[in-house]
Amino acid sequence: MRFAPADLRPRLGAGGLVLVLIAPLARPGPALVALALVLALYALEGRALPWRRLIHLEAFLALLFLTLPFTVPGTALLRLGPLALTDAGLARTLTLAAKVTASVLLLSALFADTAPEHLGGAMRAARLPEPLVRIFLGLVRYLALIRAEMARAQEAMRARAFHPGTNRHSWRAFGWLIGRMLMRALARADRVEEAMRLRSYTGRLPRPLLPPVGAADHARALALCAPFLAILIWELAR
Amino acid sequence: MIPLVTLTDLEIRRDGRAVISHAALTLRAGEKLAIVGPNGAGKTTLLRAIVGLERASAGRVTLFGETCGTEAAFRKGRRRIGFLFQDSDDQLFCPSVVEDVAFGPLNLGASEEAAREVALEALAALGLAHLAERFTHKLSGGEKRLVCLAGLFAMRPDVLLLDEPTNGIDAENGARLRAALAGFAGAMILVSHDDGFVSEFASRAMVLREGVLRAAEIHSHPHFHAHPHIHPV
Repeated sequence: MRFAPADLRPRLGAGGLVLVLIAPLARPGPALVALALVLALYALEGRALPWRRLIHLEAFLALLFLTLPFTVPGTALLRLGPLALTDAGLARTLTLAAKVTASVLLLSALFADTAPEHLGGAMRAARLPEPLVRIFLGLVRYLALIRAEMARAQEAMRARAFHPGTNRHSWRAFGWLIGRMLMRALARADRVEEAMRLRSYTGRLPRPLLPPVGAADHARALALCAPFLAILIWELAR
Repeated sequence: MIPLVTLTDLEIRRDGRAVISHAALTLRAGEKLAIVGPNGAGKTTLLRAIVGLERASAGRVTLFGETCGTEAAFRKGRRRIGFLFQDSDDQLFCPSVVEDVAFGPLNLGASEEAAREVALEALAALGLAHLAERFTHKLSGGEKRLVCLAGLFAMRPDVLLLDEPTNGIDAENGARLRAALAGFAGAMILVSHDDGFVSEFASRAMVLREGVLRAAEIHSHPHFHAHPHIHPV
């Protein structure tokens, strides 16, 4: 069963709105309920958790777990030498971790299966600012090229017996590599801009023709946002 | 009849050095002009100067009877000129093929529906209708070049500027490119190292060597000739 709107425009809108609704949560209770809701969405849609993505995220969160509980002032629960683990610190850490995890899981559930090119079209159709859409589409369009260029450059280095190590020569070589990638990317950006001008570009990219959003998708978008709105109201009504 | 493109005593300087000097050229309706010359002779620069991407330090560029000096004047001329780049990836920047081909017509003021219509027509005319919904970065090199050309044709140009059009294209896509260009009734200036391609299309040739443009003649003579072929066994 699918809960997310099938059309990308309401999906984009609902996803954005839910993130905005999760952002102000400041207590562990509401944050954990939000996380539980997102997990329930995964369970109901029969979707596997994106463990790889989560591991990348939790690595950053580990830093938070190591520092935040000891640095927020509050009642000490545990003392480790000069450090004190506080109740407020623990609550703050838990809240943040739950919010961040819930947000990432939600975005992943909504957009992981979407081709970025289609997402760009939906962003444009949803009338997000043109420069934002253009940057996003440019990234999608040229990322593969830049990656391939980088891979070729590294192969060329290896083909000439380059072996990276912790030494001046390696650092300098990588410096040149990055510098060259930047220069080439800039030169390409210039050429692309010229190509656009030659085809009479005046600041408007084609907007894909999309049918209007269906009633079912509107309902799905509302259903997705409503519980998170309820959590925010609970949070604010304490 | 007024010439489509006229260069008069054109000079282009880069880093204080003249890369093109005293170039004069006239392109008339229906003419297919080949510009040949060694690498680095300034062939691409000359094409860029025609559409105003490169500004002359002396001399004049006249497009369709109007002398162009400002970006606005060039912009007017560019609507009737299609420039095929050497690197197709520079030219295909929209996510999907049909969006990219529709980009030009939209810029010329067509509605979304009309632009899409024109784009699909241009793709069909080159036998590329099946590529319409594909993503541009997933095409092969030859397909990319043909889609670029469809994007130019969708703007119904009077003049095509082709910069090494057959570079990096396999035989099959090369044949389709030739067929597409053979069907183009307008004028073109082509820069190419591919002698076969030049002699097939050009009605007139000029040589650019060390920044100096000179008239040249195309002639063909019989050769006793042998070359290696590769066939599947």
